[in-house]
Amino acid sequence: MKNPSLMSRVFASPEGRLAVITLVVFVGMALLSPDRFLSVQNLTSMAFQFPEFAILALAMTITMLTGGIDLSVVGIANLTAVVAAMIMIRLTGSDAGTGVLILALGVSVIVGMLAGVFNGILVAWLGLPPILATLGSGLIFTGIAIALTGGSALMGFPPAAAWVGNSTTFGIPTPLILFVVLAVGISLLLTRTAFGVRLRMYGANPLAARFAALNIDAMLIKVYVLSGALAAIAGMVVMSRANSAKADYGSSYLLLAVLIAVLGGVNPYGGYGRVIGVVLAVLSMQFLSSGLNMIGVSNFARELIWGVLLIFVMILNTWRARPR
Amino acid sequence: MKLDFARNETLVALVIAGFCVLAAFSDPGFLSLATLTDLLRGGIVLGIFAVAAFVVLVSGGIDVSFTAVAAFTMYVSAMVLNAVAPWMPWGAALAIGMAIGAGLGAINGILIAGFGLPTLIVTLGTLSIFRGFMLTFVGQKQITTLPPGMREFGRMMLLRGENADGSFYSLHAAFAVTVLVIVVTWFILHRTMLGRSIFAIGGSVESARRIGINVRGVQFFVYVYVGALAGLAGIIHASMARVANPFDLVGLELSVIAAVVLGGARLAGGYGTLTGTVLGVALIVLVRNSLIVLGIPSTWQSVAIGILILIGTGLPAWQAKRAAARAA
Repeated sequence: MKNPSLMSRVFASPEGRLAVITLVVFVGMALLSPDRFLSVQNLTSMAFQFPEFAILALAMTITMLTGGIDLSVVGIANLTAVVAAMIMIRLTGSDAGTGVLILALGVSVIVGMLAGVFNGILVAWLGLPPILATLGSGLIFTGIAIALTGGSALMGFPPAAAWVGNSTTFGIPTPLILFVVLAVGISLLLTRTAFGVRLRMYGANPLAARFAALNIDAMLIKVYVLSGALAAIAGMVVMSRANSAKADYGSSYLLLAVLIAVLGGVNPYGGYGRVIGVVLAVLSMQFLSSGLNMIGVSNFARELIWGVLLIFVMILNTWRARPR
Repeated sequence: MKLDFARNETLVALVIAGFCVLAAFSDPGFLSLATLTDLLRGGIVLGIFAVAAFVVLVSGGIDVSFTAVAAFTMYVSAMVLNAVAPWMPWGAALAIGMAIGAGLGAINGILIAGFGLPTLIVTLGTLSIFRGFMLTFVGQKQITTLPPGMREFGRMMLLRGENADGSFYSLHAAFAVTVLVIVVTWFILHRTMLGRSIFAIGGSVESARRIGINVRGVQFFVYVYVGALAGLAGIIHASMARVANPFDLVGLELSVIAAVVLGGARLAGGYGTLTGTVLGVALIVLVRNSLIVLGIPSTWQSVAIGILILIGTGLPAWQAKRAAARAA
């Protein structure tokens, strides 16, 4: 407390407050079960667990920045996983299947982007409210995945498929590397490119952006394509970790992704949001759920605590914002 | 007056009519009392949910927590009634459900009207909280022996009979409750100052405030009312299913909101009709129950509902966009 100006600066931004919360959660959990929470085993297992929904939260963040939302991310993730699984099962020979894996990854990202084009057209050209456009398209994507699989899980992948979600590269869990690369990439895209500036400008004031002669339709379509591609990557991680693909995996991830984005300080009405906030929100969520798991709290209590955390942070944000 | 194709109500009614004609051609047995009562039965709980979601949408908000309120209410009421007051009649069970639901709705109301937090985020949070609280501290096991009052209500029928071909049909008494909910909500929305205030706030909060409407009070009422309806729907769901399963209902919320929007209510608030809401629910129930009659396998059901939502909301949105472009 020697430097009050630093403290007040930290507390002035939502990200600063969230960083403090994340730190408090981490230290609290470390104190509650010091030998287990800080063990290498726990830290690695956390690094394997969070990237899949963290990547979905990134997708949610960029659509929310435009004042939209993408409720179809889980549908896209499962559809692309099913397509990739079918390719791998059909084409795998006796080798490790690296070539097949790369083909499947490429196709799945393309499928994700096509799904994004579909969403983008609905939102930009036809003028549907994003929440309804992506709710409807999400049902369609899930439905296609159900129709392709008949509702059952697809299994029997080549050994190489484990690389995406279930292996380490240079000793670091591969999904974590994937998430860091994507998070840094999205952050640079939002802050260092003209596209990112336009996107936030549109989110802050759509009418002003229109009068500034931005090509809004093209921009919105790109946003949903990006969201679709991110969802496809998350789908690959889920598929690889589960070593199977199914039409209804991870349905709880949808609300979780929205929750993380909002907790991370992203304004759901558009215009404001930073990737660092989303990363902190993901970490605090993961620390909380792993730590609580260790002291024997059930999975359902995590849901309760997530909800409390979300509303607590929202009250904190508005309460801090008012007396100005 | 000619048919107004820009209205969702017209479109949805036409789609329903078209669906029924096609279904009747492919299976003449479709046009029977048994099909009708099945569909009406399917619409009982969804109908109450939809009316609740409609009132929130009109007020300019959105509530995704009502399914958790319903699940919480039915589970807790069944447990408490079993333990404390098994002699309670069914009417009291419904009233207790509405009271518990209203209490949970009041939590939403305090956070939204009192603290001024965004409705989507608050209800997303309380969805997790209500459900997490119930599953952590109340229980996770199904209650298969419901309290006698709820069991009695579960057996009550408005209509019961046998068709010429020997199949049975029946219409559950809870259908009357749904009709009552629609009538009461219509009365509040269209015959009271409170109802006009709800529409006014949905249209523009600032204008409503300037003409002297107590915005916070009206918002608080909306979320309490929605909670009470959700609680009622929860008790009815458990009574009809004859079991209180805490994992039921949650997950329906977005489909219900989609049905309401399909019926012409706007997410932005201040606009929509109960007729449209009822039609939207009817269409969703029809697709869920009877797609198979048209020869479409049930694995394609969610694709069909997705396409319906996109067409139902896309056509008016596209027309509005073209009209705006012409005006500019």
